Amino acid sequence: MNVATVPMNVGLILAGVLFLFGVIGIIVRRNIFFILLSIEIMLNAAGLAFVVAGSHWGQPDGQVMFIFILSMAAAEVSVGLALVLQLYNHYKSLDVDEISKMSG
Amino acid sequence: MNIAFYLAAAIAIVATLQVIVQTNAVHALLYMILSLLSVAVIFYTLGAPFVAALEVIIYAGAIMVLFIFVVMMLNLGPQSSEQERSWMNLSTWIVPSIMALILIAELVFVLTQGASGTTGAKVIEPQQISLALFGPYLLGVELASILLLAGLVGAYHLGRGRDQRIERNV
Repeated sequence: MNVATVPMNVGLILAGVLFLFGVIGIIVRRNIFFILLSIEIMLNAAGLAFVVAGSHWGQPDGQVMFIFILSMAAAEVSVGLALVLQLYNHYKSLDVDEISKMSG
Repeated sequence: MNIAFYLAAAIAIVATLQVIVQTNAVHALLYMILSLLSVAVIFYTLGAPFVAALEVIIYAGAIMVLFIFVVMMLNLGPQSSEQERSWMNLSTWIVPSIMALILIAELVFVLTQGASGTTGAKVIEPQQISLALFGPYLLGVELASILLLAGLVGAYHLGRGRDQRIERNV
């Protein structure tokens, strides 16, 4: 199997662009569901950066880190989505500004 | 393989941009699945076939299905899409987008300084990953298992119905 030999810069810039899309999504969106989705985008971009670097050095360590990120994303998203369901049952809304009233 | 990498990278960027601008949750999830599949193609072209398979099976398969289940349980009607559209005016988008553009420009500037290596030293077989995972990274595997157990318990606790809790308090 032949392997793509692109400059490592390109892969890292791609990871950075995807990560920043996730950041924009978190800042702009008010729906907590889309905020969770943006967190997934950011975790995936971080994993992409690890795999690109691992591909440069020819070592498996980058992919091992990706597997750890994957398991962390799975644990985070299960708890996060359970929280989303609970909040929707309480407030009948996914607006994060509604939820900020919880402190009182 | 280089052409496949660049095509998949372009699809990943466009699909991820669509995820954060969609108003309908299901459309955003479908674009997210497209983005994850294109990232899996990128992994394959970079000589990482094992994590490409994991990306498809776990990310696009399991995690996105979990999101779709939640969308179906929430049963959001067309009025939620309208509300999203009303929240998405230019004034909320302009400042974060400009800041992110500045950050992207800085990132490109920093990463294009100096010589960079190329990717694709060699294909990394699943055997090498397993040997690393259960050799030097064994502690990390154990910690990940504890984290997954905590996630399981937390999701079960939060996902319990409200009726059971009332019974418990009484």
